[in-house]
Amino acid sequence: MAENTEESAAQQAALPVEDPNKLTNARVLANLRRMFGEDAFTDVDEPYGLLTATTTRERIHEIIQKLHQDEEMLFQFLTTMCGIHYPDHEGKELGMIYQLHSLVHNVRLRLKIFFPIADPVVPTLTDVYATANWMEREAYDFYGVIFQGHPNLIRILNVEDMDYHPMRKEYALEDGTREDKTDLFFGR
Amino acid sequence: MPDALEGTHKIIKEAREQQHNQLVPTVNDFNQELTTLNLGPTHPATHGIFQNILQMDGERIVSGVPTIGYIHRAFEKIAERRPFYQITPLTDRMNYCSSPINNMGWHMTVEKLLGITVPKRAQYMRVIMMELARITDHLICNSILGVDTGAFTGFLYVFQEREKVYEIYEEVCGARLTTNMGRVGGMERDFTPVALEKLRKWLKEFPAVMREFESMFTRNRIFMDRTVNVGPITAEKALNYGFTGPNLRAAGVDYDVRVMNPYSSYEDFDFEIPVGTNGDTYDRFLVRNEEIWQSLRIIHQALDNLPEGPFHADAPHYYLPPKQAVYKNMEALIYHFKIIMGEIEAPVGEVYHSVEGGNGELGFYLVSDGGRTPYRLHFRRPCFIYYQAYPEMVVGSSLSDAIVTLSSMNVIAGELDA
Repeated sequence: MAENTEESAAQQAALPVEDPNKLTNARVLANLRRMFGEDAFTDVDEPYGLLTATTTRERIHEIIQKLHQDEEMLFQFLTTMCGIHYPDHEGKELGMIYQLHSLVHNVRLRLKIFFPIADPVVPTLTDVYATANWMEREAYDFYGVIFQGHPNLIRILNVEDMDYHPMRKEYALEDGTREDKTDLFFGR
Repeated sequence: MPDALEGTHKIIKEAREQQHNQLVPTVNDFNQELTTLNLGPTHPATHGIFQNILQMDGERIVSGVPTIGYIHRAFEKIAERRPFYQITPLTDRMNYCSSPINNMGWHMTVEKLLGITVPKRAQYMRVIMMELARITDHLICNSILGVDTGAFTGFLYVFQEREKVYEIYEEVCGARLTTNMGRVGGMERDFTPVALEKLRKWLKEFPAVMREFESMFTRNRIFMDRTVNVGPITAEKALNYGFTGPNLRAAGVDYDVRVMNPYSSYEDFDFEIPVGTNGDTYDRFLVRNEEIWQSLRIIHQALDNLPEGPFHADAPHYYLPPKQAVYKNMEALIYHFKIIMGEIEAPVGEVYHSVEGGNGELGFYLVSDGGRTPYRLHFRRPCFIYYQAYPEMVVGSSLSDAIVTLSSMNVIAGELDA
């Protein structure tokens, strides 16, 4: 860990000499704050060199759409998106994590939103990225996040008549060390 | 049932009805009656278990709906209960044509989280194994493409070569398909002299077979008729669909994780990224063939410059000691026990690491809450992401074109469904 930060610090110190126009995390963050306001992002952090920020579900669609069209930063590649569940966070139990990639500048950006599990409705991104279609279906399948405006929001990996969302934390996996089951017929 | 869930069910019901309505042929005109054709789930030409519900107007495909999830094994859920080492077998079973890449990608993710620096020798050894895996992955894809166009011989030629690569794996780690040669912090053991000898011998013999394979297909009239301008996709669309790997490069975008975000010393090697122009089946075939040559170049460089030194990091709390050491060495026994019982506690944090898999950017997004297992582990599986573009690529073409498009996309069902 210590070595990594030292390395990246050394790299960043070397960079301004080479190319002053290089898109760095600091510049992305400054741009984000300028475009969407100071209060649009909370919990800004840089774990392992990847800029991470949390925003709200009301603004996520606007932000990602503008980032997609922004001619300076060109976040045109949606690497992945996935859901996450924190049962203990009152009012912010479910979350979606978006990872964008600007291929031209080779900068990645991670955006997060959190919302209550009782009202798991977020806007769809299928109008910005075609690839969001199945990722959103997957998040719906596993976490029950409902994407407003999605053209075909049905389960993708699980059977269709399931009436729960299995990746939520309340469905714990069974203890692998339990002994009250017989495995007599297993693996024959 | 809570209100939110009830709303959910309504949405599912409506969506299903809508999908059903799309599938049922509407008979407006006698000449426009469509046929519904189920391509798959289990059919030799679908290369795995996935279904395509195609609407056919005679020989022409009007629309297609892919259905997946037939072998979903809940890897992401299972991973939430498993200590980091026990997730390795899950990654093996995603893209089983190139399991070393998956393994090492996962180990590198954990190393990034723990802050372990891997010695140069281990990095070069990893590069050799990963490039071998890439070669076998591309060989299978391209030769099966040949089978789908009716040429079985090429498949036999290169399958034999894959067999020889598997013998190298066997010499390195003891396993062939689901390899276990990687460890957090390095490799399980050093290359034995026999393994190096086998590798050198294979490197000498393989190019002749590869040239023969290429001469069978590349300028073959029938093969070109079957693949040129079949299943094309433009660069813009491919990017919008999240394509990576050879499928994206065939469309003309030179995005390669090995060059853009070098990992495991890829910056030390000299190689080119082949790109295509049309993004059609023929270009994908050529890009894969050229990548095999580039991988061979990388292996040669790595073998020639293989640094001396340890083959694993000095990180006893995380590096699982080789079994031989466990039998003889008390320290190794203790650490082995601790690691197997899952006493490694990872720092709190979230890390995304991606490697260039056999068919694209294979990413691991790991959220750790400081426990012994990941709090959340999400695999960015390239197959899952680009298979959704399949209907768009085949609409308007004939059924036989749909088959070769599918096989040139190299969709591995294990990775599609996780």
